[in-house]
Amino acid sequence: MKTLMLGNEAVARGLYEAGCSFVSSYPGTPSTEITECAAKYPEIYAEWAPNEKVAMEAAFGACLAGKRSFCGMKHVGLNVAADPLFTISYTGVNAGMIIAVADDAGMHSSQNEQDSRHYAMAAKIPMLEPADSAEGLQFAKLAYELSEKFDTPVLLKMCTRVAHSQSVVEPGERVESPAKPYEKNGPKYIMMPGNAKRRHPVVEERTNALIAYAETTPLNRVEDGSDHKIGIITSSTSYQYVKEVCGDRFPVLKLGMIWPMPEKLIRDFAAKVDLLVVVEELDGFIEAHCRNLGLAVSGKDYFSCIDELSQNIVAEKLGISHENGTALQENIPARPPVMCAGCPHRGLFYTLAKNKLTVLGDIGCYTLGAVPPLAAIDTTICMGASVSGLHGFNKASGGETEGRSVAVIGDSTFMHSGVTGLINIAYNESNSTVIILDNSITGMTGHQQNPTTGFNLKGDPCTKIDLESLCRSVGIKRVRVVDPYNLAECDQAVKEELAAAEPSVIISRRPCALLKYVKHKAPLVANHDKCVGCKSCMRIGCPAISIVDGKAVIDNTLCVGCGVCQQLCKFDALESGKEA
Amino acid sequence: METKNIMIVGVGGQGTLLASKLLGRLLLGKGYDVKVSEVHGMSQRGGSVVTYVRYGSKVYSPIIDKGEADIILSFELLEAARWTEYLKPGGKIITNTQQVNPMPVITGAAQYPDGLVEKMHSAGMDVDAIDALSLAEKAGSAKAVNLVLMGRLAKWFDFSDEEWMAAIEQSVPAKFLEMNKKAFALGREA
Repeated sequence: MKTLMLGNEAVARGLYEAGCSFVSSYPGTPSTEITECAAKYPEIYAEWAPNEKVAMEAAFGACLAGKRSFCGMKHVGLNVAADPLFTISYTGVNAGMIIAVADDAGMHSSQNEQDSRHYAMAAKIPMLEPADSAEGLQFAKLAYELSEKFDTPVLLKMCTRVAHSQSVVEPGERVESPAKPYEKNGPKYIMMPGNAKRRHPVVEERTNALIAYAETTPLNRVEDGSDHKIGIITSSTSYQYVKEVCGDRFPVLKLGMIWPMPEKLIRDFAAKVDLLVVVEELDGFIEAHCRNLGLAVSGKDYFSCIDELSQNIVAEKLGISHENGTALQENIPARPPVMCAGCPHRGLFYTLAKNKLTVLGDIGCYTLGAVPPLAAIDTTICMGASVSGLHGFNKASGGETEGRSVAVIGDSTFMHSGVTGLINIAYNESNSTVIILDNSITGMTGHQQNPTTGFNLKGDPCTKIDLESLCRSVGIKRVRVVDPYNLAECDQAVKEELAAAEPSVIISRRPCALLKYVKHKAPLVANHDKCVGCKSCMRIGCPAISIVDGKAVIDNTLCVGCGVCQQLCKFDALESGKEA
Repeated sequence: METKNIMIVGVGGQGTLLASKLLGRLLLGKGYDVKVSEVHGMSQRGGSVVTYVRYGSKVYSPIIDKGEADIILSFELLEAARWTEYLKPGGKIITNTQQVNPMPVITGAAQYPDGLVEKMHSAGMDVDAIDALSLAEKAGSAKAVNLVLMGRLAKWFDFSDEEWMAAIEQSVPAKFLEMNKKAFALGREA
């Protein structure tokens, strides 16, 4: 029966139907729902790993044991997992293994705009690229066949528009994949130099075999057109924009397998058209391949390597008329994302801003601490970089910055790759102060469990990693917990730990205000007889507070009564609401 | 049939995703090819959000571009004004008159423009403005704004009550069903 599915949900369905029985991933927009949806099938064991490297290695172990396995991540997650990626390419697989990577052209929810297709070429691993949900399902199933046939992990490349668009799919039945017994095979699986030297030629032969496959596979198809002045090579969501604009006018070579690419198929296609144009988002990856084949080709001379494409951009560059719309002539204020009302990060960031500290930030909702009026963050690079960066920052200053700089990192991000940086602080002895913003969940990607929450992906209770014990065990003696709703407590802790003569960890602990189990207090009430309009309460950037006609006003649909603003009001004008 | 485009815009957390899911499901049931494009991740946190619903005999692009929207359904007034460039000539704006101040307005760095409905009218735009928040509260919860607006949107579709009700039943939790149905009816009658 036809149904609408998110691209990610359809990939999960494809894994299920292909008999996948092991999934290990780390959440990251726009990849997260593949794993969340896969976890809903009882036949699939699914877990959140602490990071993408662990996830990929676990998925490799599962395929080694003979079960079809999967791991999924966002583009920057593949950087973390790049180490196993390049060597699993050499060993190949036992049962099939799929690695999904989701790029984020346009950076809707990411810190860079990298093009993960380069990894397929660099690691010499085939990569399939679906253009809608139906292909997501179909390609996931086919990827297992390719994985086992060619003895290789297979990359499945998503992008935001394919991952987060619902389109029509027709789900099928699950076909169990019989377990392949594990057999010890040192020359294949022990990648020490002597063996790896013998495996590298195998990888090159495999790539040649895959190129031959790419020539004839239905993954790559030519759709003929009536006007051969232009021939378009495209893939993924760019294919949809091309078809939207051109319909059947120009011939199109749609690549579903983006690495390795065919040679003859492309040459034959190019020979039939006057001008060969590649329409692809981000880098000129297909275009470079065409150039390597010695073909005259256009691509990035028309289509920018920055940001997403769209049907209007494609129409404009191909000289096809389109409507551009008329905007209302009005100054429309921007609406950037903000920390939610009652967000436990707010009180802590207020404390950091008030103390005018240098704050090395990390990846999560709390990156919003960089936004005015808090504006309390100095850097955001990648997962874990706050902790390791602070160490370098303090060492380089000869300790001068130790008393006025901190790292802030979330609970999930700390488990991902912050703990290694903390080990470095302890081991190489910088007097650094690390603040773990423990909101008891992986927040920004939509509330995923992690090793510190006490629950697993399936929602069952499990071993809870104790942050205090963990920090102490790596050699940090000063570990203390504060409630970020209590500004005085936060201020005292930050001042004392910065003044201390040894490294410390402050755990700012309170669950995310959006978690269903969190009980909120009644919204506050602004007493306009007491309010003098000093705007002290505005310094925390709470979306529930505004000043109307010189007086503070609380939006009672947003306020959760956290009371942080009350602590800033010298006139007691923000009064606790009556509990219903 | 030529592809029809409906943009659902609002502020992260207002329930735009539920509205687009409900509509997508209904359109699929009517035999259309459908694509619904969503926003997840950081931009959801109180930011400006947009969902695209496209349907027709064959839909290619998952997104709606400038000048293409047949209808912009906005959950918040400023957001309606923000996305006007996406309206097709002759297209329609259905907007909640509720105002949610963005952070630059809250901090005083920017002003919430006055008289946006009138300004959109003056610019020749076809605007249907409705106080969905009051109607939602009348139905029993401020959170039912999305169903009030769906009710308003329903006037522009040739679908039966039964079809809408079936789609609502599939999209909202059972314990809020009656309240949501009431909100839908209030929006449709308003």
